[in-house]
Amino acid sequence: MSFLQIRNLEKTFGNVKVLKGIDLEVEEGGFLVLVGPSGCGKSTLLNSIAGLEAITGGSISIGGKAIDGLHPSQRDIAMVFQSYALYPNMTVAGNIGFGMEIRGVAKPERDKAIATVAEMLQIGHLLDRKPSQLSGGQRQRVAIGRALVRKPQVFLFDEPLSNLDAKLRVDMRTEIKRLHHRMGTTIVYVTHDQIEAMTLATKIAVLKDGVLQQSGTPAEIYNNPANLFVADFMGSPAMNLIPVTIKRNGSGVSISTPREEQDPLVLGVPNAPAGLSAHDGKEVIFGIRPEALTDRDGADRNAANVAESECLIEVVEPAGSDTFAVTRLGRKHVTARLRADANVAAGKKTKLAFNLDKAVFFDPASGLRIV
Amino acid sequence: MSMPSADNATQVNKLARGLIYIVLILFAIYYLLPLYVMIVNSVKPLSEIREGNMLALPREFTLDPWYTAWSTAQIGVQATGLKPYFINSILMAVPAVAISTLLGALNGFVLTKWRFRGDNLVFGLMLLACFIPFQIALIPAARILGMLGLAGTTRGLVLVHVAYGLGFTTLFFRNYYAAFPTELVKAAQIDGASFFQIFRRILLPSSAPIIVVTVIWQFTNIWNDFLFGASFGDFKSQPMTVALNNLVSSSSGVKEYNVHFAGAILAALPTLFVYIVSGRYFVRGLMAGAVKG
Repeated sequence: MSFLQIRNLEKTFGNVKVLKGIDLEVEEGGFLVLVGPSGCGKSTLLNSIAGLEAITGGSISIGGKAIDGLHPSQRDIAMVFQSYALYPNMTVAGNIGFGMEIRGVAKPERDKAIATVAEMLQIGHLLDRKPSQLSGGQRQRVAIGRALVRKPQVFLFDEPLSNLDAKLRVDMRTEIKRLHHRMGTTIVYVTHDQIEAMTLATKIAVLKDGVLQQSGTPAEIYNNPANLFVADFMGSPAMNLIPVTIKRNGSGVSISTPREEQDPLVLGVPNAPAGLSAHDGKEVIFGIRPEALTDRDGADRNAANVAESECLIEVVEPAGSDTFAVTRLGRKHVTARLRADANVAAGKKTKLAFNLDKAVFFDPASGLRIV
Repeated sequence: MSMPSADNATQVNKLARGLIYIVLILFAIYYLLPLYVMIVNSVKPLSEIREGNMLALPREFTLDPWYTAWSTAQIGVQATGLKPYFINSILMAVPAVAISTLLGALNGFVLTKWRFRGDNLVFGLMLLACFIPFQIALIPAARILGMLGLAGTTRGLVLVHVAYGLGFTTLFFRNYYAAFPTELVKAAQIDGASFFQIFRRILLPSSAPIIVVTVIWQFTNIWNDFLFGASFGDFKSQPMTVALNNLVSSSSGVKEYNVHFAGAILAALPTLFVYIVSGRYFVRGLMAGAVKG
């Protein structure tokens, strides 16, 4: 059963349509991450749920109750802002307790709630300080504490980690995930960082130009991208997207792509999707993730369809845990992810294994997945 | 030619610095000279001034001119000194400054955080008030004060000064609040705070620098105003500036320059006091408004 429901949501600023009919839902206790490049409308969507922006069309409901038109404070939500938005003139305790103070909660009860939250976030020793005396990570905790103390039905996070340095960001990411496990409250989380999206979400919604591109579990988004944009946006290093020509031979399909200083690459695709044969003789986009393109020994032993080919390696990038090798197929740089100790060298040919179980194909004209 | 040695360079540097200081000190003396003349002559008996040396220090020190200026000088009909007019000025300036500052802060809050269609036009019209000369507004203001029954009263003067100052105070606060993070207002909205709660609990406590700027600006302007005071004040509500003029330019009797000097200093003291007490915030606040927004 879906808990937070967004139906055909539209938002326009003047003549600009920022959200173009978004349909989205999350089950109770879910962790929905809205991800997309800047300007895609993800923050506007979050602000619409919060009630900070009036919506132009559609509806939003939480737990079966329509909330559009309600004041932000009546929606039973709490929000953590990118800049933390701590009240600079109040202490940490004052910040956390402000909402309760406004609602007229008695002081002893307030203090108890503040203490509980402070203990949970380990900020008990900071309660008397002003926000200006805190570090970035501490401010972040206070901002989360201010949201937690409301015990809302839905938490909204607006890029909460983007102002932190890299190491702290990873720590806080884990912390947020742990909090979500512990509290079990529904969360809507906005980020432009696809790794944050993958690690935190139970459901990811990818947006571009105010249009929902795809929504689903992280695995669905990662392994079965609905279109070229999602395929390219999710994953780091990005998915290799190689233009190839389709050839039907008997019942099977093969793909070929030209290479410089080498014969064209030709691979038979026994598990090709049914739609691919309609593109016989035409160009399509062949998508394969770096980890599905490895050295022979590193290839997935459980994969049913693995094709191999000698490829000229142009660049080798050791990254510690893995080694990335860059070759060129169909005039595009293609990254393969090899074991750290793989025997590769720039300028030499190496046999690469293509795990075709993981391959996806896109129509270059529409950008849609071929199934 | 050899290169100048480092030693040489520092010496040239010192010489230049010395010259700069000498010039600056001369300027400072030049600027302080009027104040010096006023103070020195306000503590001399009149006979000493008559001898003609305005720059000399007093041979005989006396505070009589100050006493006379404050409480016994003949201004208007009665010999009351400047004291009642000083009180008039306080009664006029304090509420006018407080009300115009508060309204300016509210305007700034609305114009930056509760924006509405046409808000920029409204702000533009308010800005226009900063460029209207006093004289143009005299006759309409007199009409309105007459219709409201406030002509010749301190309350009428307060109203005129509030209306006239609103353009400036709105400008100050709008520019200051433009740089104030909007996310704080959103956070307070989610916390359930109302319009005035957000204003009072979130914005005002962070506005100290701009409040100081506005108060100094408004207080100086209103205290020093002569035209409105002379036009709209009657003998019971005339401010200090008008009384000082009447004291100095009275045509009968002996010109008591020492009393005039003392009166002029008395008239300038409150603005000086406000500036000295909060002056260091003044520049800080002006900068805070100027850099962003």
